[in-house]
Amino acid sequence: MIDRDMNKLNNPYNDDKVISACSLFGMMDVSGKVFSGKDIIRAIANMHVRSNGLGGGFAVYGLYPRYADYYAFHLMYMNKQARTETEDLLKENFHMVLAEEIPVNPCIAVSNAPGLWRYFLEPEAASLNGRPADDFVIEKVMQINTCIEGAFVFSSGKNMGVFKGAAYPEDIASYFRLEEYAGYLWTAHGRFPTNTPGWWGGAHPFNILDWTVVHNGEISSYGINRRYLEMFGYACTLQTDTEVIAYAVDLLMRRHKLPLEAAVSVLAPAFWEEIERMPAAKQELHRALRTVYGSLLLNGPFTVIIARQGEMMGLTDRIRLRPLTAATRGDMFFLSSEESAIRLVCPELDRAWIPMGGEPVIARLGGTKVVAEGAVAAAKGAC
Amino acid sequence: MTGKEPTSPAVTARDSVQIDAAGLTTQQLNDLLRRAVADGIKKIELRNVCGQRYIGTDLGQPVEIDIYGTPGNDLGSFMDGPRIRVHGNAQDGCGNTMNHGEIVVYGHAGDITGLSARDGKIFVRDYVGYRAAIHMKEYQERKPALVIGGTAQDFLGEYMAGGTVIVLGMELKPGEKHRARFIGTGMHGGAIYLRGEVEKYQLGKEVGVKELDDNDRAALGSLVGEFARHFSYEAEALLQGKFIKLVPLYLRPYGRLYAYG
Amino acid sequence: MKTYLPNRFIVERDPARCIQCEVCVNQCSFDVNYRDADEDEVRSREENCVGCHRCVLFCPTRALNIRRTPLDYRENANWRPEIIEDIIRQAESGGILLTGMGTDKAHPIYWDRLVLNASQVTNPSIDPLREPMELRTYLGRKPDSLTVEPGSLALKTKLAPQVAIEVPILFSALSYGAVSINVHKSLARAATEMGTLFNTGEGGLHRKLYKYGANTICQVASGRFGVHPDYLNVGRILEIKIGQGAKPGIGGHLPGEKVSAEVAATRMIPKGTDALSPAPQHDIYSIEDLAQLISALKEATNYTKPVSVKIAAVHNAAAIASGIARAGADIIALDGIRGATGAAPKIIRDNVGIPIELAIAAVDTRLRQEGIRNQVSLIAAGGIRNSGDVIKAIALGADAVYIGTAALVALGCTVCQQCHTGKCAWGICTSDLRLTKRINPDIGAQRLVNLLRGWSLEIKEMLGGMGVNALESLRGNRLHLRGVGLTDTELEILGVKMAGA
Repeated sequence: MIDRDMNKLNNPYNDDKVISACSLFGMMDVSGKVFSGKDIIRAIANMHVRSNGLGGGFAVYGLYPRYADYYAFHLMYMNKQARTETEDLLKENFHMVLAEEIPVNPCIAVSNAPGLWRYFLEPEAASLNGRPADDFVIEKVMQINTCIEGAFVFSSGKNMGVFKGAAYPEDIASYFRLEEYAGYLWTAHGRFPTNTPGWWGGAHPFNILDWTVVHNGEISSYGINRRYLEMFGYACTLQTDTEVIAYAVDLLMRRHKLPLEAAVSVLAPAFWEEIERMPAAKQELHRALRTVYGSLLLNGPFTVIIARQGEMMGLTDRIRLRPLTAATRGDMFFLSSEESAIRLVCPELDRAWIPMGGEPVIARLGGTKVVAEGAVAAAKGAC
Repeated sequence: MTGKEPTSPAVTARDSVQIDAAGLTTQQLNDLLRRAVADGIKKIELRNVCGQRYIGTDLGQPVEIDIYGTPGNDLGSFMDGPRIRVHGNAQDGCGNTMNHGEIVVYGHAGDITGLSARDGKIFVRDYVGYRAAIHMKEYQERKPALVIGGTAQDFLGEYMAGGTVIVLGMELKPGEKHRARFIGTGMHGGAIYLRGEVEKYQLGKEVGVKELDDNDRAALGSLVGEFARHFSYEAEALLQGKFIKLVPLYLRPYGRLYAYG
Repeated sequence: MKTYLPNRFIVERDPARCIQCEVCVNQCSFDVNYRDADEDEVRSREENCVGCHRCVLFCPTRALNIRRTPLDYRENANWRPEIIEDIIRQAESGGILLTGMGTDKAHPIYWDRLVLNASQVTNPSIDPLREPMELRTYLGRKPDSLTVEPGSLALKTKLAPQVAIEVPILFSALSYGAVSINVHKSLARAATEMGTLFNTGEGGLHRKLYKYGANTICQVASGRFGVHPDYLNVGRILEIKIGQGAKPGIGGHLPGEKVSAEVAATRMIPKGTDALSPAPQHDIYSIEDLAQLISALKEATNYTKPVSVKIAAVHNAAAIASGIARAGADIIALDGIRGATGAAPKIIRDNVGIPIELAIAAVDTRLRQEGIRNQVSLIAAGGIRNSGDVIKAIALGADAVYIGTAALVALGCTVCQQCHTGKCAWGICTSDLRLTKRINPDIGAQRLVNLLRGWSLEIKEMLGGMGVNALESLRGNRLHLRGVGLTDTELEILGVKMAGA
């Protein structure tokens, strides 16, 4: 079925995988109020030196309220034929409510820009044949990405969207006119890859359904993470750590229905010695998670911001080899590679703190603001 | 940040200047600092600092720098002489391989604070991130010190080869323990004075726990006194409660590591 | 019949150093060194020398040295000395050539054609001396997924029995009777101290060693020697032995002279009788029969222990392994062609089976393709020589390895290949009480512990170099391997890229 090697686009030198370092930023209004991309663009630009102009991108949630019940597909087309073929496939399998070109600012100098289109889709009941719609959507995304030459789905969730490309994030933002959009949750990424693909699909965030992942670091367990996911039918077409993280989260949380806390303990588990000091029931859970899902442990340095509808989480590896700062101000919740980027857009914070390695910080819509936090201590007077 | 044309520093007194760092790149800002020091300026106030790196790195003079905002990574790296006060938090790499000087942080500091510092003093009012004082070392009369008002995250004093680290545990509530794991792992020189409880398993396997003697109390008193003056605390209150001293068990912790043949 | 076999070794005795103390006479179990009564001088019958070095190392004045005999045949690439002498031996005996240890033929050693990765710049190597580095491995069947209750985080899935080992190295099956009680004792104590397991082999477990049960794999082989409810229940893991790498498809034969009173009691057979292990397990003629035996063992132990199935790595190892997993085994042990034995027909030892490296790769790949890799743990055996081999086996896809020969070398074995004679001068592969006491279990255990400690430290260094701090992140992670000097087909089967690619 795979007659097109996505990897060749993203990884022209056929490295084991694409290695990249990065800057991350995430901001969310837990009351659900939407805001423009203005601040996050400034914040990610403040960490310009952490990326090298070969990748930048944004994810926005609460983006398409008018079409909130439809899967929003964002597509990159390298040629006209790709669009024709893709639209045929989409029409065959989905009810298409709207198809339009994603508006861009042609005055922004970016190279290798593909054709950019978006579609609002509902799977045809007949095509679903009783299967969960999400599984069907994943299958179609993989089909387009691996079978249609020159087409790439880079966003496929509902009421959210990814915008990305091969340039500095602030230029990508201007190109996609992101200051004109509004959402209640934004994540951003500036990339420093160690090859020069110049291919837009390789930028972060990586997306599947409404999961997005932005990531800083290199996962030295990538080889086995990937082989494990392949056992469950995930085709790792891009050969990036980020893709693997997105699939891992999809497998653990959507398909195996693990609560977020348990999924996090798979990705960044406690040390065996610590597990032995836990109370009996907790010990049993953590031992089981590590024993069964050991192949999904993300080893090596990483910080990730994982988001889905209504939720944003920051997590670092268990010996914290990459940085993450979290902060709150009223209903706003921030995650960033560097505190200065947060201060740029929100100089006065209620709290700013550095979470412990391997301990997630999570913000959810409504209810409590930050439901789990790895703050080392109350950041007394630090703000 | 993309940078803007730097404006001339505002001279606020005969040997003092104020610099607005808003929008300046790291290089632009550090260039202004270099020029100010070359002009004989002794006291510099930096306003609106936001992520600019390596501040204070090559000034080589005992200038005083007050930073308002959030300085970027590697604050005072390779620094040899300046005294820096950060009115806010410091990011990662604060005091990296510092040769001489002083950094005072009115907030918390990030990971690898004081990495490989050979001399100078770092005072952090709140807590420090991962691997603070990692491979801090002393040489002849040079002896670095890191005083932390709150607590530390994991790997405090990793491979520490010399110098003094003091953790005052001020943020801990009654009964609360330090959370840091692997404290002093691989430590083979220097001393960590720690107030507040830790479990044995939180300590690296190369570390021993000792009671303080008079020399320790004198050293502690002097550094805690300085800390108290910086942050307007009562030194006596900070010295109350039980301190433990963590010292390396071995000068050569890995004597049995190798087989020769 | 006059033998046409030349001597293999020359025993060099330095008369200036020799003090005629007869230590060499007492140490040699092959009747080489003797005191010539007429000349009143210690001399050597070199035709008996097997090159085991016992006399050399125990000579108090280091007066002895052993060298290969310099006797040369006319050069011939086909009719090499070993081949000529094997024919002579058979012409003089009419028997199957018997030998001990693993093959000495130059089969490709893929370990030496695989190189490991290390971190540079894009991610940090991790310092194993100061930062945590976890080697713990759980052996046993894993479910496809776990069910965890939201909110309470209660674990709803019941896991099959899991056995933790602190180093990914287990001691391979060495049966009591083939090896001495002191060897078993040394292995048991070392396994206990290091948090790993030793394997009884097929000769049962001496009652004195039952206290090491938590660190014991109890083997059930075709002879069913010493297999009874107490034995099944005392171990941590049960292992059904289908075959071994040194002699795939072949049974065993412990000669009556090795069946001492204690061996007899442990094996529950009369003293002095031959202990015959049939070639197949006669209740397993097909895969469904294997399922039946696996279930029987689980029933007999109330589902408290993982059941392992050990096979020799043969051509269809991948398909067989798939069948074994589906038959309900929790662990598959694969023993490659370089695996060793106490006694095997030489022609089989040297010619049957496949290299373990290819077998691991093929089995791991197949089980993943079928989506059942998590159902079994994979133990690789057969020619693991050092920690580099261990870590490469794990990167190819093994959960852990068995070591046999390496453990015996740690105890003194010099791989002289005379195990089958029962005369082991190092007191390892013998039941002669005069010889078995040469292994002191305290010292033996210490030597084995030291070996595992050294290898663990090396494994941690290599893992740290790769930027990995838990062994599970390397398991099956073939991106950390590259091949050198291998063909495309070999690379494809191993699932690794060529170095530089």
